[in-house]
Amino acid sequence: MPTAYFGRRYMLSASHRLHADSLSEEQNRVAYGKCNNPHGHGHNYVVEVMVGGEVDADTGMVLNMATLDEAVQTAVVQRFDHANLNFDPLFVNHVPTTENLTKAVFDVLKDALPAGRLECVRIEETENNFFEFRG
Amino acid sequence: MIELTRRATFSASHYYWNEAWSQHKNEEVFGRCARRNGHGHNYTLEVTVAGNADPVTGFVVDLKWLKEVIEHEVLADFDHRHLNLEVAEFAEQKLIPTTENIAIAAWKRLAPAVSKAGGARLSRVRVYETPEIFAEYRGEN
Repeated sequence: MPTAYFGRRYMLSASHRLHADSLSEEQNRVAYGKCNNPHGHGHNYVVEVMVGGEVDADTGMVLNMATLDEAVQTAVVQRFDHANLNFDPLFVNHVPTTENLTKAVFDVLKDALPAGRLECVRIEETENNFFEFRG
Repeated sequence: MIELTRRATFSASHYYWNEAWSQHKNEEVFGRCARRNGHGHNYTLEVTVAGNADPVTGFVVDLKWLKEVIEHEVLADFDHRHLNLEVAEFAEQKLIPTTENIAIAAWKRLAPAVSKAGGARLSRVRVYETPEIFAEYRGEN
């Protein structure tokens, strides 16, 4: 059967502050600008998840959307939606840039989905910037 | 090499049903998509071709030509149709018109016409069923 890809977009709203403990206050301000604001700020993130694999002969699907929804809701949305990313254990030692968030989402989803199916995670932080991770 | 993408839209109805399964199993696997009276979507088709820009025209392919190919090969048969009942791939081959299979069917219709133009090849077909759901096919290689 042919290999195809299936993608779906999800939304999550979260806050974060970009601040690296290894940098001085001044260095943080220079590196992160207004994203270093001590009280943090938030975004409506769009998380685009793409899975790939053989199209199942019985269902015509790469992966049932209900299975994908369940995995994304449980592993990603419930964890990060309406949360402060800096307080998530994943970001205790990592700055919650959207690069790092994209990789973190890829890693937790990879474990939540059937083996070998996750192809790409793309996160849009705003309408004008986005990040992709393909493992 | 440059990739060039053209978008087109079509509106069609469909349902998901595997003839080999019981009604119960169809409803269990496909949920609301298994309702036999069907439902519809405004689909967006994204066709990406790859090649080098022609030194004279600066085009990978002429976008007007690509628009006509998409209209002739895909939209003429898919737009304002019931995919299960009226489009050969699904009606005759009993293929379920999932977004994945629609992307594959569109690829198979477009690839020969794009190759015939010379200089470019079909690189990717992406079909959006809604703004949030899409399937993509890049051929067998």
